[in-house]
Amino acid sequence: MAKTKRKRKAPAGKKAAKKGGGKASRTKAKPSGAKKTPKKAAPKGARKRLTKQDRIGLLRRMMEIRGFEDKVFELLARNVLKGASHVSAGQEAVPVGACSAITDRDYITSTHRGHGHCLALGGDLKLMMAELCGKATGYCKGRGGSMHIADVASRNLGATGIVGGNLPVATGAGLAIKMQGETGVCLCFFGDGAANEGAFHESLNMAGKWQLPVIYICENNQYGMSVSVKRACADTDICGRGRIYAMKVAKVDGQRVLEVRDAVLEAAERARTGGGPTLIEAVTYRYRGHSRSDPRAYRTKEEEEYWQARDPILLFREDLLDDGTLTEEAFNRLQVEVDEAVAAAETFAVEESPYPDPSEVLDDVYCGWIETEKGLVRTDTKG
Amino acid sequence: MPEIMYREAVRDAIAEEMRRDERVFVMGEDVAIYGGAYGATQGLMDEFGEERVRDTAISELAIAGAATGAAMCGMRPVAEIMYVDFMTLAMDQFVNQAAKNRYMFGGKTTVPMVLRTEGGAGRCIAAHHSQSLESWFTHAPGVFVVMPATPYDAKGLLKTCIRDDNPILFIEHKMLYKEKGEVPDEEYLIPLGEAAVRREGGDVTLVGYSRMARRAEEAGEALAADGVDAEVIDIRCLKPLDIDCILDSVRKTGRLVVCSEGYQENNFVCEIVTKVQQFAFDYLDAPIERVCSANCPVPMSPVLENEAVPTSEKIVAAAKRTLARNV
Repeated sequence: MAKTKRKRKAPAGKKAAKKGGGKASRTKAKPSGAKKTPKKAAPKGARKRLTKQDRIGLLRRMMEIRGFEDKVFELLARNVLKGASHVSAGQEAVPVGACSAITDRDYITSTHRGHGHCLALGGDLKLMMAELCGKATGYCKGRGGSMHIADVASRNLGATGIVGGNLPVATGAGLAIKMQGETGVCLCFFGDGAANEGAFHESLNMAGKWQLPVIYICENNQYGMSVSVKRACADTDICGRGRIYAMKVAKVDGQRVLEVRDAVLEAAERARTGGGPTLIEAVTYRYRGHSRSDPRAYRTKEEEEYWQARDPILLFREDLLDDGTLTEEAFNRLQVEVDEAVAAAETFAVEESPYPDPSEVLDDVYCGWIETEKGLVRTDTKG
Repeated sequence: MPEIMYREAVRDAIAEEMRRDERVFVMGEDVAIYGGAYGATQGLMDEFGEERVRDTAISELAIAGAATGAAMCGMRPVAEIMYVDFMTLAMDQFVNQAAKNRYMFGGKTTVPMVLRTEGGAGRCIAAHHSQSLESWFTHAPGVFVVMPATPYDAKGLLKTCIRDDNPILFIEHKMLYKEKGEVPDEEYLIPLGEAAVRREGGDVTLVGYSRMARRAEEAGEALAADGVDAEVIDIRCLKPLDIDCILDSVRKTGRLVVCSEGYQENNFVCEIVTKVQQFAFDYLDAPIERVCSANCPVPMSPVLENEAVPTSEKIVAAAKRTLARNV
């Protein structure tokens, strides 16, 4: 079958991950005639060496997501943005770390809280903001909005408004990859709430039984909507659930971008070499409420402050300052650039982009047919 | 012309499409080793192997959802839900994901999947194994619903459905699986959205689909014996619907009886009634009649089941009611 041509642009500063996933340590070049060292699989927790630019790129992408999400929240409050928008401020390290570990031959599926997923995969701030504003220039021509952003050509199989709704879809993507004899993976984002849906269990059982190349990554931000993991789950060990479905599991600190990246690198390598699916639980926190109308009465101030101190952007910034990758001035310049990019996205979406033409409301419900007053008629000449 | 069973026609359609296109594969409960609860996939695993004919766990949501995902990634799944009654378990993936992804994503994806299932009463297996739930799925923009009544139609339509890029619910009838009919050896396809006029006539139009199309044909013969010349239309596809065929007929006969095995209330055929009164109002000489199943869960006892489901006698009676009325 025809292979999809790579269309996705890498985020600034990020090098495309090498084929076959990362290796723990680079084997030094040996003089000719020397025996070849056998390749080792990446040991758990080892860091693949990223360049300075790569790491600044990861920080930048997290800052862009934060800037985007804060801007969305502001536009909602000003009633410029209509509809629901579930922002992911606080959770940036998970999608950025995870997406940095996959390649452009891999797929992702996303959730209703998925702006970070799309951006981490290389999404365009302007096209995303336009979609949230319901404009014709958005990723989905204004039809999907915040909860249904997709860019299938770039292998983002889309977000869903149904909690757990994409777990089976991601499983199917894994099935397609395997049947096509490819070495891609599908990275399936979902939350702690979805781990209690039937779709979770059916999907993981199928993937485990058929050993499909799916990486199920749970963004455990510890709350469904208002109900905490403790109040919802008979057993709060979410990643443990993978063990009964014949897959490897990993639990990571979701506020540490490199830890998330390493876990996904390892899972991807496993999946690509026939080792089957992995369930990763990334413990994180969403700073804002479920949606704009949520006063967060179900969380304590102490808890929120604890997690504010564990801001993934600040934590990584500290690391980069400590090891000399970044200076304060460089960081401030970066922040200015990010702010400008977010402002440009707002201008593009709110001021410059048109709404879709209402007469197009029935377009693309079907392939090759369109609804008229009397019923469906063909739009193509296929017999 | 050779005669084969409806279930063999289904199997042959799948086999031919699998030979033609390596992206086509089958997945469902008991489809591989067992050959399908009603034998519709018998022999496929022997020819195509377990990779392309997959027995799944009992997981309707995953079956429908994995088919959706695989279809979005370049495959052409023919997944099976064993009984249409179990579509409730697959509902979210079929109605919310498969049906809507193309539209929600700005037309930038397709979901070329076929979900095969079967329904219908007649085996005294009661409320959870005897329903006709197609009406629910005609209420979901984005999916097609196809219900063949003959082996010929089953084969030609299923092949078309597999080649089509829309998500399609293909509903077979459990009481038709062993019915024989003429099916040519040479390849043929039946386009979607085309009804079949089974009998031409001028006095009253009888419209049905699946087993009810066969009952309508029987009713047409019984009416002929009573001097009533019925036109019998088998719509074959609920969506896309060949409304023009029905309208042309009503403009000729002025009388209409719509037939379905689904529960009477809010049945899909009400959509036909609405469209006919909207586009052919002046041609109607009598109120439109509908013959559907009773508004109760399908009962088990044969006496009750027979009472609950529509029969050709009930269609004959309905047709005569339209004729009893003079303009």
